[in-house]
Amino acid sequence: MIGVRLYLAQRLSAMIMAPLILVHLVVMIYAIQDGIDAQEILSRTRGSVWWAAMYGLLAAAVSVHAAIGLRSIVHEYLKITALPLNILTWAIGLFLMGMGANAVVAVTL
Amino acid sequence: MPKNEDCLDVSIWRGDSSGGKLNRYEVPREESQTILDVVYYVQRHLDPQLSYRYACRVGMCGSCAMMVNGKPRWTCRTHVNSVLNGNKVTIEPLRNLPVIKDLACDMTDFFDKWCKAKGFFEPTKTREDEIEPISPESPKRKIAAAAIECINCAVCYAACDVVERNPAYLGPAALNRAWTLVNDERDGGQTARLRAVGGDAGCHNCHSQQGCMTYCPNDLNPTLSIAGLKRATVVAALKGEI
Amino acid sequence: MMIRPHRHQPLWFAFVLHRLSGLGLALFLPAHFYVLSLALTDIDALNGLLKWTENPLLKFVEGGLVFLLAVHIFGGLRLLALEFLPWSPRQKTYAAAATATAFFVACGFLMNAV
Repeated sequence: MIGVRLYLAQRLSAMIMAPLILVHLVVMIYAIQDGIDAQEILSRTRGSVWWAAMYGLLAAAVSVHAAIGLRSIVHEYLKITALPLNILTWAIGLFLMGMGANAVVAVTL
Repeated sequence: MPKNEDCLDVSIWRGDSSGGKLNRYEVPREESQTILDVVYYVQRHLDPQLSYRYACRVGMCGSCAMMVNGKPRWTCRTHVNSVLNGNKVTIEPLRNLPVIKDLACDMTDFFDKWCKAKGFFEPTKTREDEIEPISPESPKRKIAAAAIECINCAVCYAACDVVERNPAYLGPAALNRAWTLVNDERDGGQTARLRAVGGDAGCHNCHSQQGCMTYCPNDLNPTLSIAGLKRATVVAALKGEI
Repeated sequence: MMIRPHRHQPLWFAFVLHRLSGLGLALFLPAHFYVLSLALTDIDALNGLLKWTENPLLKFVEGGLVFLLAVHIFGGLRLLALEFLPWSPRQKTYAAAATATAFFVACGFLMNAV
Protein backbone atom coordinates (compact mmCIF):
# COMPACT_ATOMS: atom_id res chain seq x y z
CA MET A 1 0.00 0.00 0.00
CA ILE A 2 2.81 2.35 -0.88
CA GLY A 3 2.33 4.88 -3.66
CA VAL A 4 4.89 7.18 -5.26
CA ARG A 5 4.59 9.92 -2.62
CA LEU A 6 5.13 7.63 0.37
CA TYR A 7 7.97 5.96 -1.51
CA LEU A 8 9.60 9.36 -2.13
CA ALA A 9 9.21 10.32 1.53
CA GLN A 10 10.77 7.02 2.54
CA ARG A 11 13.78 7.35 0.25
CA LEU A 12 14.31 11.06 0.98
CA SER A 13 14.16 10.54 4.74
CA ALA A 14 16.68 7.70 4.29
CA MET A 15 19.06 9.94 2.36
CA ILE A 16 18.78 12.64 5.04
CA MET A 17 19.36 10.13 7.83
CA ALA A 18 22.33 8.24 6.39
CA PRO A 19 24.98 10.93 7.02
CA LEU A 20 23.33 12.11 10.27
CA ILE A 21 23.24 8.58 11.70
CA LEU A 22 26.87 8.02 10.84
CA VAL A 23 27.76 11.27 12.64
CA HIS A 24 25.64 10.12 15.61
CA LEU A 25 27.41 6.75 15.70
CA VAL A 26 30.87 8.28 15.56
CA VAL A 27 30.00 10.83 18.24
CA MET A 28 28.57 8.10 20.48
CA ILE A 29 31.51 5.72 20.07
CA TYR A 30 33.83 8.58 20.96
CA ALA A 31 31.71 9.91 23.80
CA ILE A 32 31.16 6.66 25.69
CA GLN A 33 34.82 5.83 25.97
CA ASP A 34 35.83 5.75 29.65
CA GLY A 35 32.16 5.68 30.64
CA ILE A 36 29.65 8.51 30.51
CA ASP A 37 27.11 10.18 32.76
CA ALA A 38 24.24 12.59 32.30
CA GLN A 39 26.23 15.68 33.29
CA GLU A 40 28.90 14.93 30.71
CA ILE A 41 26.32 14.61 27.93
CA LEU A 42 24.35 17.66 28.96
CA SER A 43 27.40 19.89 29.41
CA ARG A 44 28.07 19.40 25.70
CA THR A 45 24.54 19.53 24.36
CA ARG A 46 22.63 21.98 26.56
CA GLY A 47 22.10 25.30 24.88
CA SER A 48 23.52 24.15 21.57
CA VAL A 49 21.54 25.21 18.53
CA TRP A 50 23.57 22.93 16.29
CA TRP A 51 22.92 19.74 18.27
CA ALA A 52 19.24 20.69 18.47
CA ALA A 53 19.08 21.23 14.72
CA MET A 54 20.90 18.04 13.86
CA TYR A 55 19.01 15.79 16.26
CA GLY A 56 15.73 17.54 15.53
CA LEU A 57 16.15 16.79 11.84
CA LEU A 58 17.21 13.23 12.61
CA ALA A 59 14.18 12.65 14.87
CA ALA A 60 11.82 14.02 12.20
CA ALA A 61 13.39 11.94 9.42
CA VAL A 62 13.41 8.73 11.46
CA SER A 63 9.75 9.22 12.45
CA VAL A 64 8.71 9.46 8.80
CA HIS A 65 10.95 6.58 7.75
CA ALA A 66 9.92 4.21 10.54
CA ALA A 67 6.21 4.97 10.11
CA ILE A 68 6.30 4.14 6.40
CA GLY A 69 8.52 1.11 6.93
CA LEU A 70 6.16 -0.25 9.56
CA ARG A 71 3.25 0.47 7.20
CA SER A 72 4.51 -2.22 4.82
CA ILE A 73 4.95 -4.75 7.62
CA VAL A 74 1.56 -4.01 9.16
CA HIS A 75 -0.17 -4.28 5.78
CA GLU A 76 1.55 -7.49 4.72
CA TYR A 77 1.30 -9.41 7.98
CA LEU A 78 -1.70 -7.98 9.82
CA LYS A 79 -3.71 -7.40 6.63
CA ILE A 80 -4.73 -3.89 7.67
CA THR A 81 -5.71 -1.73 4.68
CA ALA A 82 -7.16 1.59 3.53
CA LEU A 83 -8.28 4.06 6.21
CA PRO A 84 -7.22 2.04 9.29
CA LEU A 85 -3.79 1.62 7.70
CA ASN A 86 -3.49 5.37 7.03
CA ILE A 87 -4.56 6.19 10.58
CA LEU A 88 -2.05 3.72 12.01
CA THR A 89 0.78 5.10 9.85
CA TRP A 90 0.05 8.66 10.96
CA ALA A 91 -0.31 7.57 14.57
CA ILE A 92 3.08 5.83 14.56
CA GLY A 93 4.73 8.78 12.83
CA LEU A 94 3.28 11.34 15.21
CA PHE A 95 4.02 9.20 18.26
CA LEU A 96 7.69 8.83 17.29
CA MET A 97 7.91 12.50 16.33
CA GLY A 98 6.46 13.52 19.68
CA MET A 99 8.80 11.31 21.69
CA GLY A 100 11.73 12.37 19.53
CA ALA A 101 11.00 16.07 19.94
CA ASN A 102 10.67 15.50 23.68
CA ALA A 103 14.08 13.82 23.78
CA VAL A 104 15.75 16.53 21.68
CA VAL A 105 14.29 19.27 23.89
CA ALA A 106 15.33 17.39 27.04
CA VAL A 107 18.92 17.19 25.92
CA THR A 108 19.45 20.53 24.22
CA LEU A 109 17.27 23.02 26.03
CA MET B 1 5.05 -47.04 -2.26
CA PRO B 2 7.33 -47.81 -5.21
CA LYS B 3 10.22 -50.08 -4.34
CA ASN B 4 12.27 -50.26 -7.48
CA GLU B 5 14.33 -47.48 -9.02
CA ASP B 6 12.39 -47.59 -12.25
CA CYS B 7 9.46 -45.81 -10.67
CA LEU B 8 8.83 -42.31 -9.45
CA ASP B 9 6.92 -41.50 -6.26
CA VAL B 10 4.86 -38.53 -7.45
CA SER B 11 2.62 -36.43 -5.19
CA ILE B 12 0.08 -34.36 -7.07
CA TRP B 13 -2.30 -31.83 -5.53
CA ARG B 14 -5.93 -32.69 -6.14
CA GLY B 15 -8.82 -30.46 -5.21
CA ASP B 16 -10.51 -27.20 -6.03
CA SER B 17 -11.19 -23.76 -4.56
CA SER B 18 -12.67 -25.26 -1.41
CA GLY B 19 -9.53 -27.24 -0.60
CA GLY B 20 -7.61 -30.38 -1.49
CA LYS B 21 -4.73 -32.67 -0.72
CA LEU B 22 -1.75 -34.45 -2.23
CA ASN B 23 -2.39 -37.81 -3.90
CA ARG B 24 0.46 -40.22 -4.53
CA TYR B 25 1.05 -41.98 -7.83
CA GLU B 26 3.63 -44.45 -9.07
CA VAL B 27 4.96 -43.39 -12.46
CA PRO B 28 7.46 -45.42 -14.53
CA ARG B 29 10.71 -43.63 -15.14
CA GLU B 30 11.70 -42.83 -18.71
CA GLU B 31 14.76 -41.34 -20.33
CA SER B 32 14.71 -37.53 -20.67
CA GLN B 33 11.35 -37.45 -18.93
CA THR B 34 9.90 -34.06 -18.07
CA ILE B 35 7.45 -33.23 -15.28
CA LEU B 36 4.81 -32.61 -17.97
CA ASP B 37 5.40 -36.17 -19.21
CA VAL B 38 4.76 -37.36 -15.66
CA VAL B 39 1.50 -35.43 -15.32
CA TYR B 40 0.40 -36.62 -18.77
CA TYR B 41 1.11 -40.24 -17.83
CA VAL B 42 -0.89 -39.96 -14.60
CA GLN B 43 -3.90 -38.52 -16.40
CA ARG B 44 -3.78 -41.00 -19.31
CA HIS B 45 -3.05 -44.20 -17.39
CA LEU B 46 -3.73 -43.76 -13.68
CA ASP B 47 -6.33 -41.10 -13.03
CA PRO B 48 -8.38 -39.63 -15.91
CA GLN B 49 -9.96 -37.15 -13.47
CA LEU B 50 -6.72 -35.16 -13.17
CA SER B 51 -7.07 -31.62 -14.59
CA TYR B 52 -4.11 -29.68 -15.89
CA ARG B 53 -3.10 -27.31 -18.70
CA TYR B 54 -0.52 -27.54 -21.43
CA ALA B 55 -0.31 -26.63 -25.09
CA CYS B 56 2.96 -26.43 -27.01
CA ARG B 57 4.99 -28.74 -24.66
CA VAL B 58 8.20 -27.17 -26.04
CA GLY B 59 8.70 -24.11 -23.80
CA MET B 60 7.01 -21.43 -25.89
CA CYS B 61 3.51 -20.91 -24.57
CA GLY B 62 3.83 -20.91 -20.77
CA SER B 63 0.57 -22.85 -20.23
CA CYS B 64 2.14 -25.68 -18.25
CA ALA B 65 3.51 -23.61 -15.35
CA MET B 66 3.13 -25.35 -11.98
CA MET B 67 4.87 -25.57 -8.59
CA VAL B 68 7.44 -28.38 -8.72
CA ASN B 69 8.86 -29.17 -5.26
CA GLY B 70 7.72 -25.72 -4.18
CA LYS B 71 9.32 -23.82 -7.06
CA PRO B 72 7.33 -22.29 -9.96
CA ARG B 73 8.49 -23.78 -13.24
CA TRP B 74 7.45 -24.69 -16.77
CA THR B 75 6.81 -28.42 -16.42
CA CYS B 76 7.58 -29.12 -20.09
CA ARG B 77 11.06 -27.70 -19.59
CA THR B 78 11.75 -29.33 -16.23
CA HIS B 79 13.59 -32.60 -16.52
CA VAL B 80 12.64 -35.06 -13.82
CA ASN B 81 16.30 -35.81 -13.16
CA SER B 82 17.01 -32.22 -12.20
CA VAL B 83 14.32 -32.00 -9.50
CA LEU B 84 14.02 -35.45 -7.95
CA ASN B 85 14.38 -35.91 -4.17
CA GLY B 86 15.54 -39.50 -4.30
CA ASN B 87 12.68 -40.74 -6.45
CA LYS B 88 10.09 -38.29 -5.10
CA VAL B 89 8.61 -35.20 -6.63
CA THR B 90 5.70 -32.95 -5.61
CA ILE B 91 3.54 -31.14 -8.16
CA GLU B 92 1.09 -28.40 -7.13
CA PRO B 93 -0.85 -25.62 -8.86
CA LEU B 94 0.79 -22.20 -9.19
CA ARG B 95 0.91 -20.20 -5.98
CA ASN B 96 -0.93 -16.88 -5.54
CA LEU B 97 -3.72 -17.78 -7.95
CA PRO B 98 -7.13 -19.29 -7.12
CA VAL B 99 -7.42 -22.95 -8.11
CA ILE B 100 -10.13 -24.08 -10.51
CA LYS B 101 -9.34 -27.77 -10.24
CA ASP B 102 -6.22 -29.78 -9.44
CA LEU B 103 -3.32 -28.22 -11.35
CA ALA B 104 -5.32 -25.62 -13.28
CA CYS B 105 -5.43 -22.07 -11.88
CA ASP B 106 -7.75 -19.18 -12.54
CA MET B 107 -5.63 -16.60 -14.36
CA THR B 108 -8.29 -13.86 -14.24
CA ASP B 109 -6.59 -11.77 -11.51
CA PHE B 110 -3.28 -12.03 -13.33
CA PHE B 111 -4.73 -10.58 -16.53
CA ASP B 112 -6.94 -8.04 -14.74
CA LYS B 113 -3.82 -6.61 -13.14
CA TRP B 114 -2.19 -6.47 -16.59
CA CYS B 115 -4.97 -4.09 -17.59
CA LYS B 116 -4.87 -2.17 -14.32
CA ALA B 117 -1.17 -1.49 -14.88
CA LYS B 118 -2.06 -0.16 -18.34
CA GLY B 119 0.03 -2.89 -19.90
CA PHE B 120 -1.45 -2.20 -23.33
CA PHE B 121 -0.44 0.08 -26.16
CA GLU B 122 -2.20 3.45 -26.62
CA PRO B 123 -1.84 4.47 -30.26
CA THR B 124 -1.30 8.07 -31.34
CA LYS B 125 -1.43 7.58 -35.12
CA THR B 126 -3.97 6.34 -37.62
CA ARG B 127 -3.51 4.14 -40.66
CA GLU B 128 -3.31 7.32 -42.75
CA ASP B 129 -0.20 8.54 -40.96
CA GLU B 130 3.39 7.66 -41.77
CA ILE B 131 4.85 4.71 -39.86
CA GLU B 132 7.04 6.03 -37.09
CA PRO B 133 10.64 4.90 -37.58
CA ILE B 134 11.97 3.43 -34.33
CA SER B 135 15.52 2.16 -34.56
CA PRO B 136 16.11 -1.15 -32.74
CA GLU B 137 19.41 0.39 -31.63
CA SER B 138 17.82 3.37 -29.88
CA PRO B 139 18.43 3.24 -26.10
CA LYS B 140 14.74 3.13 -25.20
CA ARG B 141 14.03 0.37 -27.69
CA LYS B 142 16.87 -1.69 -26.28
CA ILE B 143 15.44 -1.28 -22.79
CA ALA B 144 12.00 -2.32 -24.01
CA ALA B 145 13.46 -5.23 -25.98
CA ALA B 146 15.19 -6.60 -22.88
CA ALA B 147 11.83 -7.00 -21.15
CA ILE B 148 9.48 -7.69 -24.05
CA GLU B 149 9.66 -11.49 -24.26
CA CYS B 150 7.09 -12.10 -21.52
CA ILE B 151 4.55 -14.78 -22.46
CA ASN B 152 2.31 -14.32 -19.40
CA CYS B 153 3.07 -17.68 -17.85
CA ALA B 154 2.64 -16.32 -14.28
CA VAL B 155 5.75 -18.04 -12.91
CA CYS B 156 7.05 -14.68 -11.60
CA TYR B 157 3.65 -13.95 -10.10
CA ALA B 158 3.78 -17.28 -8.26
CA ALA B 159 7.34 -16.62 -7.07
CA CYS B 160 6.59 -13.20 -5.60
CA ASP B 161 6.10 -12.96 -1.82
CA VAL B 162 4.65 -9.47 -2.11
CA VAL B 163 1.91 -10.85 -4.36
CA GLU B 164 1.20 -13.42 -1.65
CA ARG B 165 0.90 -10.83 1.10
CA ASN B 166 -0.54 -7.84 -0.77
CA PRO B 167 -3.61 -8.99 -2.73
CA ALA B 168 -3.97 -5.72 -4.64
CA TYR B 169 -0.32 -5.58 -5.76
CA LEU B 170 -0.13 -5.48 -9.55
CA GLY B 171 2.69 -8.01 -9.69
CA PRO B 172 5.96 -8.42 -11.57
CA ALA B 173 4.58 -9.42 -14.99
CA ALA B 174 2.10 -6.56 -15.34
CA LEU B 175 4.66 -4.03 -14.14
CA ASN B 176 7.34 -5.46 -16.41
CA ARG B 177 5.04 -5.03 -19.41
CA ALA B 178 4.14 -1.49 -18.30
CA TRP B 179 7.86 -0.70 -18.27
CA THR B 180 8.28 -1.81 -21.89
CA LEU B 181 5.45 0.55 -22.84
CA VAL B 182 6.90 3.42 -20.80
CA ASN B 183 9.91 3.00 -23.09
CA ASP B 184 7.78 2.90 -26.25
CA GLU B 185 8.12 6.27 -27.92
CA ARG B 186 5.00 5.73 -30.03
CA ASP B 187 2.73 5.29 -27.02
CA GLY B 188 0.37 8.11 -26.04
CA GLY B 189 -0.84 6.86 -22.66
CA GLN B 190 2.22 7.50 -20.49
CA THR B 191 0.66 9.76 -17.86
CA ALA B 192 -2.20 7.39 -17.14
CA ARG B 193 0.22 4.47 -17.07
CA LEU B 194 2.60 6.15 -14.64
CA ARG B 195 -0.32 7.09 -12.46
CA ALA B 196 -1.46 3.46 -12.47
CA VAL B 197 1.93 1.97 -11.64
CA GLY B 198 2.71 4.74 -9.14
CA GLY B 199 -0.47 4.17 -7.20
CA ASP B 200 -1.07 2.32 -3.95
CA ALA B 201 -0.99 -1.11 -5.56
CA GLY B 202 1.89 -0.32 -7.87
CA CYS B 203 5.61 -0.66 -8.31
CA HIS B 204 6.55 0.91 -4.96
CA ASN B 205 5.37 -2.16 -3.09
CA CYS B 206 8.20 -4.20 -4.60
CA HIS B 207 10.86 -5.12 -2.03
CA SER B 208 13.40 -6.26 -4.66
CA GLN B 209 13.44 -9.83 -3.37
CA GLN B 210 14.03 -10.87 -6.98
CA GLY B 211 12.17 -14.15 -6.84
CA CYS B 212 10.70 -13.10 -10.19
CA MET B 213 14.10 -12.78 -11.83
CA THR B 214 15.29 -16.03 -10.26
CA TYR B 215 12.46 -18.09 -11.76
CA CYS B 216 11.59 -16.39 -15.04
CA PRO B 217 12.08 -19.10 -17.69
CA ASN B 218 12.70 -16.40 -20.32
CA ASP B 219 15.52 -14.80 -18.26
CA LEU B 220 13.59 -11.57 -17.85
CA ASN B 221 14.18 -9.29 -14.87
CA PRO B 222 10.96 -7.71 -13.59
CA THR B 223 12.81 -6.29 -10.56
CA LEU B 224 14.97 -4.26 -12.92
CA SER B 225 11.89 -3.11 -14.84
CA ILE B 226 10.18 -2.17 -11.59
CA ALA B 227 13.26 -0.18 -10.53
CA GLY B 228 12.88 1.71 -13.81
CA LEU B 229 9.22 2.36 -13.03
CA LYS B 230 10.18 3.65 -9.57
CA ARG B 231 12.53 6.15 -11.19
CA ALA B 232 9.99 7.16 -13.84
CA THR B 233 7.17 7.69 -11.34
CA VAL B 234 9.42 9.69 -8.99
CA VAL B 235 10.45 12.02 -11.83
CA ALA B 236 6.83 12.38 -12.94
CA ALA B 237 5.68 13.06 -9.37
CA LEU B 238 8.37 15.68 -8.82
CA LYS B 239 7.32 17.35 -12.07
CA GLY B 240 3.71 17.30 -10.94
CA GLU B 241 2.59 15.10 -13.82
CA ILE B 242 1.05 12.41 -11.63
CA MET C 1 13.59 -23.65 10.07
CA MET C 2 11.62 -24.77 7.05
CA ILE C 3 12.14 -22.10 4.40
CA ARG C 4 9.97 -22.49 1.35
CA PRO C 5 12.11 -23.53 -1.65
CA HIS C 6 11.43 -20.45 -3.76
CA ARG C 7 13.11 -18.39 -1.04
CA HIS C 8 16.46 -20.19 -1.18
CA GLN C 9 18.30 -17.31 -2.73
CA PRO C 10 20.61 -14.66 -1.25
CA LEU C 11 18.56 -11.62 -2.26
CA TRP C 12 15.55 -12.89 -0.36
CA PHE C 13 17.70 -13.18 2.77
CA ALA C 14 18.93 -9.64 2.16
CA PHE C 15 15.29 -8.54 2.19
CA VAL C 16 14.53 -10.46 5.39
CA LEU C 17 17.58 -8.99 7.12
CA HIS C 18 16.58 -5.50 6.08
CA ARG C 19 13.02 -5.96 7.28
CA LEU C 20 13.95 -7.56 10.62
CA SER C 21 16.66 -4.98 11.35
CA GLY C 22 14.21 -2.17 10.55
CA LEU C 23 11.60 -3.70 12.83
CA GLY C 24 14.13 -4.12 15.65
CA LEU C 25 15.30 -0.54 15.33
CA ALA C 26 11.71 0.77 15.20
CA LEU C 27 10.91 -1.06 18.43
CA PHE C 28 14.10 0.22 20.10
CA LEU C 29 13.47 3.84 19.15
CA PRO C 30 10.69 4.78 21.62
CA ALA C 31 12.74 3.33 24.48
CA HIS C 32 15.76 5.32 23.35
CA PHE C 33 13.73 8.55 23.14
CA TYR C 34 12.21 7.90 26.56
CA VAL C 35 15.56 7.40 28.27
CA LEU C 36 16.89 10.63 26.77
CA SER C 37 13.82 12.56 27.91
CA LEU C 38 14.73 11.62 31.49
CA ALA C 39 17.36 14.38 31.25
CA LEU C 40 14.50 16.80 31.87
CA THR C 41 12.32 14.87 34.26
CA ASP C 42 14.54 12.55 36.30
CA ILE C 43 18.27 13.04 35.83
CA ASP C 44 19.14 10.49 38.53
CA ALA C 45 17.23 7.81 36.66
CA LEU C 46 19.14 8.77 33.50
CA ASN C 47 22.46 8.47 35.35
CA GLY C 48 21.35 5.12 36.76
CA LEU C 49 20.50 3.80 33.31
CA LEU C 50 23.77 5.08 31.84
CA LYS C 51 25.65 3.29 34.60
CA TRP C 52 23.63 0.14 33.93
CA THR C 53 24.76 0.16 30.30
CA GLU C 54 28.39 -0.20 31.38
CA ASN C 55 27.62 -3.85 32.13
CA PRO C 56 29.43 -6.00 29.47
CA LEU C 57 26.21 -7.83 28.61
CA LEU C 58 24.59 -4.50 27.78
CA LYS C 59 27.63 -3.56 25.72
CA PHE C 60 27.04 -6.73 23.75
CA VAL C 61 23.40 -5.77 23.25
CA GLU C 62 24.46 -2.29 22.15
CA GLY C 63 26.84 -3.95 19.70
CA GLY C 64 23.87 -5.91 18.41
CA LEU C 65 21.94 -2.68 17.94
CA VAL C 66 24.82 -1.15 16.01
CA PHE C 67 24.88 -4.29 13.89
CA LEU C 68 21.16 -3.90 13.15
CA LEU C 69 21.78 -0.27 12.27
CA ALA C 70 24.71 -1.04 9.96
CA VAL C 71 22.83 -3.88 8.27
CA HIS C 72 19.84 -1.64 7.72
CA ILE C 73 21.84 1.32 6.42
CA PHE C 74 24.06 -0.65 4.06
CA GLY C 75 21.12 -2.75 2.90
CA GLY C 76 19.23 0.47 2.30
CA LEU C 77 22.13 1.98 0.36
CA ARG C 78 22.21 -1.19 -1.73
CA LEU C 79 18.50 -0.69 -2.46
CA LEU C 80 19.03 2.94 -3.43
CA ALA C 81 21.84 1.85 -5.78
CA LEU C 82 19.64 -0.87 -7.27
CA GLU C 83 16.79 1.54 -7.87
CA PHE C 84 18.54 4.70 -8.97
CA LEU C 85 21.86 3.66 -10.45
CA PRO C 86 22.65 1.54 -13.52
CA TRP C 87 22.13 -2.11 -12.79
CA SER C 88 25.02 -4.40 -12.03
CA PRO C 89 24.52 -8.19 -11.86
CA ARG C 90 26.95 -8.29 -8.95
CA GLN C 91 24.18 -7.47 -6.47
CA LYS C 92 24.83 -10.66 -4.52
CA THR C 93 28.43 -9.61 -3.93
CA TYR C 94 27.26 -6.21 -2.74
CA ALA C 95 24.76 -7.82 -0.36
CA ALA C 96 27.54 -9.91 1.10
CA ALA C 97 29.83 -6.89 1.34
CA ALA C 98 27.09 -4.96 3.11
CA THR C 99 26.75 -7.62 5.79
CA ALA C 100 30.51 -7.88 6.17
CA THR C 101 30.83 -4.14 6.66
CA ALA C 102 28.05 -4.31 9.24
CA PHE C 103 30.02 -6.86 11.21
CA PHE C 104 33.10 -4.67 10.94
CA VAL C 105 31.33 -1.62 12.31
CA ALA C 106 29.73 -3.60 15.13
CA CYS C 107 33.08 -5.09 16.09
CA GLY C 108 34.64 -1.64 16.04
CA PHE C 109 31.98 -0.44 18.43
CA LEU C 110 32.49 -3.38 20.77
CA MET C 111 36.24 -3.06 20.84
CA ASN C 112 36.08 0.62 21.62
CA ALA C 113 33.37 0.32 24.20
CA VAL C 114 34.45 -2.67 26.27
